[in-house]
Amino acid sequence: MPGSVKVVVRPEASASYVRAISTGLGITLKHMVKPKKQTQQYPDEKWDLSRRLRGTHRMATHEDGRAKCVGCGLCPTVCPVNCIKLIPAEDENGERYAAVYEIDEFRCIFCGFCQEVCPVEAIHLGVHYENAEYSRERWVYDLERLTEFEHPFTALWDPFDPASE
Amino acid sequence: MEPMTGTSFVVFTALKVVLFFVLLLVFVAMSTYFERKIAGFIQNRSGPNRVGPLGLLQVAADGLKFILKEETEPGGANKVFFFLAPVLALVPATVLFAVLPFAAPLPTRWGLVEMIVADVPVGFLYVLAIASLGVYGMVMAGWASNSKYSFLGGLRGSAQMISYEVALAMSLVPVLMLVGNVAMPEIVSAQQRFAEGTGAYGAWFVLPLMVAGLIFVVSGVAETGRVPFDLPEAESELVGGFHTEYSAMKFGMFFLGEYAHLITTAALITIFFLGGWDIPFWEGDNIRVLADGTVIGEPAWWKTLLTLGSFTVKSLALVLFFMWLRWTIPRFRYDQLMDLGWKVFIPLLMGYIMLMGLAMYLLDSWGIPSGLKYSAALIGLNVVLMVILVWVVDRGSVVKGATARTRRAPGTAPARKRPVAPNEAD
Repeated sequence: MPGSVKVVVRPEASASYVRAISTGLGITLKHMVKPKKQTQQYPDEKWDLSRRLRGTHRMATHEDGRAKCVGCGLCPTVCPVNCIKLIPAEDENGERYAAVYEIDEFRCIFCGFCQEVCPVEAIHLGVHYENAEYSRERWVYDLERLTEFEHPFTALWDPFDPASE
Repeated sequence: MEPMTGTSFVVFTALKVVLFFVLLLVFVAMSTYFERKIAGFIQNRSGPNRVGPLGLLQVAADGLKFILKEETEPGGANKVFFFLAPVLALVPATVLFAVLPFAAPLPTRWGLVEMIVADVPVGFLYVLAIASLGVYGMVMAGWASNSKYSFLGGLRGSAQMISYEVALAMSLVPVLMLVGNVAMPEIVSAQQRFAEGTGAYGAWFVLPLMVAGLIFVVSGVAETGRVPFDLPEAESELVGGFHTEYSAMKFGMFFLGEYAHLITTAALITIFFLGGWDIPFWEGDNIRVLADGTVIGEPAWWKTLLTLGSFTVKSLALVLFFMWLRWTIPRFRYDQLMDLGWKVFIPLLMGYIMLMGLAMYLLDSWGIPSGLKYSAALIGLNVVLMVILVWVVDRGSVVKGATARTRRAPGTAPARKRPVAPNEAD
């Protein structure tokens, strides 16, 4: 049997409107006088976020501010929803870099594959979720925005430390 | 001191109209805030707390929003009635306040000012007449909106209001039998303590007429159309009920009308059953203006203020009680609502009126003057009746499932057969 219905046996024969309502009033009075408030005053108080929350992307940078990305093309390949647009280029020293690197946060499903697959630990997901914008175009994050973010990187799940302690 | 006449009467009446209307609107506005706060506390939330200190400016923000929102008008609506309905919902609730005595008379240089806007000799009938006008706004809104939800809300509203009007009026009959007068100030002073045999009973009528008081309170809630009797609105079934199609300030007027109605009902209960502006256990506020203009007791300005405070405290306590009730119990089913009105309250009140009439006749014929002894006898009788009502009559009558009402006796054939689906016919 997939499930069962809980049947409440009500003492109908002895119950009464007046008494039942006064019992209910008593219960609500307790809450009214001594409210156990569950509300979180959101913009003032914020959640304690897990280190493993997969939120807004962030690109890691070298000390001189350049993005660590080497334009290998693994992340657009692995991305299940094709939200990463990457055009690689090569500089005068023969080092590859991303000429265009855009992530469409609307399409992104925050699976974290890009972070897992990145060979140089450049692209990361971050512990950050407040990304409201006034226009849709602003949701496509370019390389400049991705490097500007300062929120912490998402910790990847470690099979040797499953509870991430 | 003489009750005033002439120009000063006109001036003071105008002042009272302005003062009480403004006070009423302030209380209406504040009660919307307190309703949301109480709802929040009961549901383990905070309630409005963003706009201003403790969210107190929420009322102003709401008002501003009502005015700035777009006014919509459904296609096919009857324009005249559509515009008239919100007015008719708000006006009766506020106009009712004209005949309610707020406080002890105020002595001034120009004469004694009675703290009542219009001391109509038939104040009681005025109350009943105006209270029943409230339903027109609802019906008109439901009809004029040209929407099935509004229409159903209006239908339900009209049937509910008219049913409970009967119980409301009948529960006031014992009060009239005790007071023997329909002027509102007389009803208040009959609950105060004066010399024996002068028609004053020295007890708030909620004690000697407990059963009528209970039924009046319940019918009052039904008249205001609030939970558990909010079938005309019924958000979960009818979108918004009779005001589904209303927006902006037109909806705001329904909203204000509902709260004005709530405060009016609380004030009526206060006057009829909680002693009006009387302060309990204190003889100093027993001031009475007789029909020929003589004044019993000593009016003073501070007594007027104190009694006004007493009236306000009692009424607001009742308003808080209604809010508390609203966030405690769920809505009645429509048939249960009608059953309660027609099959419980009205027969109960008929019996009660007969019984109280008999008791009063016996007390009168035994020569007991109106006063404490008289009301003590009635209190005793009513306590017995309340015990019978709560522990015997109101037993096994809580809300049952819809099938329980038609449950067949054992051994008889089922009333209706469930249609058999083709695939289970074999």
